[in-house]
Amino acid sequence: MGTVEYIQHHLTNNTIGEGFWTFNMDTIIVSFLLGALIIFVSARLGKQLETGTPGGFQNFVESILDFVATNVRDAFPGHNPLIAPLALTIFIWVWLMNFMDLIPVDLLPWLFQMITGDSHAYLKVVPTTDLNTTLAMALTVFALILYFNIKIKGVGGFIKMFLFHPFGKFFIPVNIVMTFIEEISKPLSLALRLFGNMFAGELVFLLIALIGGTLAVGAAALFWAPLQVVLDLGWLIFHLLVITLQAFIFMVLTIVYLGMAHDEGH
Amino acid sequence: MSINATLLIQIIAFVLLIWFVNKVLWGPLSKLMEDRQKKIADGLSAAEKGKHELELAEQKAKEVLKDAKAQAQNVLSQAEKRGSEIVEDAKVKATEEAERIKAAAQAEIEQEVSRAREQLRKEVASIAVSGAEKILGKEVNAAAHNDMLEALVKQI
Repeated sequence: MGTVEYIQHHLTNNTIGEGFWTFNMDTIIVSFLLGALIIFVSARLGKQLETGTPGGFQNFVESILDFVATNVRDAFPGHNPLIAPLALTIFIWVWLMNFMDLIPVDLLPWLFQMITGDSHAYLKVVPTTDLNTTLAMALTVFALILYFNIKIKGVGGFIKMFLFHPFGKFFIPVNIVMTFIEEISKPLSLALRLFGNMFAGELVFLLIALIGGTLAVGAAALFWAPLQVVLDLGWLIFHLLVITLQAFIFMVLTIVYLGMAHDEGH
Repeated sequence: MSINATLLIQIIAFVLLIWFVNKVLWGPLSKLMEDRQKKIADGLSAAEKGKHELELAEQKAKEVLKDAKAQAQNVLSQAEKRGSEIVEDAKVKATEEAERIKAAAQAEIEQEVSRAREQLRKEVASIAVSGAEKILGKEVNAAAHNDMLEALVKQI
């Protein structure tokens, strides 16, 4: 199998359906499983909550909660009971989906191919390397931004924001364009940043995997295989930072955007 | 690779997950953490209050002790005073008693002396008469010499 085919194969979703009504089953199933994992673990934890002396795992979860709550307090003016659970969901879910990137790139597809018996079955395991996932979250956040903008500022205030911001009342056409771009860029930047980082990270993993796979022939494998291990480990450790950072950025930007929507100063 | 219906599924999944996370994770756990925070704050303030109360109690105890000490001192000094008074009293009484006894003894002595003198006087008169009778060999008329006898008795 050639290099191009190898990479293309790894970057193709396992789909059902045609045209727009295509469903990327791998993306959907993996993200649902991870969501179910969150709910399952939370529910199990919820049954044995300790007020006085929390055990190890509860401590861990509490520290995540505390971290998220601190970020919400710092970046969000006022109080909205939706923001903190939203931020928490984004942080955990995105982190878990990103984490799929750290599982050896060929392991899950190989297992899947063994199970199905189809040596050409597609499986793209990282849901955040699918633009559908990141854009879905970004659009949900965008919907919330619009909702709270209108709820807090009123329809009139929302229209005024388009008309008189950022350059005052003498540049109304410019203001409309500017504000429109500003608002649209929020979901786009959210979705594309996460997608781009994860996609690129996955690609680098694939390239590193290729070193030992297709380049190494015969005695050259003695050189290429250790190099692959070293590079893979290095990129893995670096990527562990990236996936956490990306989950954190998505969360913080969501909080900040919603905070801006709550800001009546504009 | 392109946008398709997966987007809709993922939006639904995301919204559902937010709802679930709020229900099973954020809700109970944040409530628990808040409760704990409140409990700790309450405990701390109670401890502070207790400390303050302890201080007050210590101060009060000190005051009470001081009072008691002062009272004890007072009682002691009063007792001393009273003691010395009693002793003084007793001294005075004893002196008076001694004086009285001395005076009584003196009076008795004087009485005794005067009685003895009286008796002596009488005896001297009779001795003188009988002596004179013996010398004269006859009865002396006491009445006749009464004046002389009385003068004699008075000389004793």
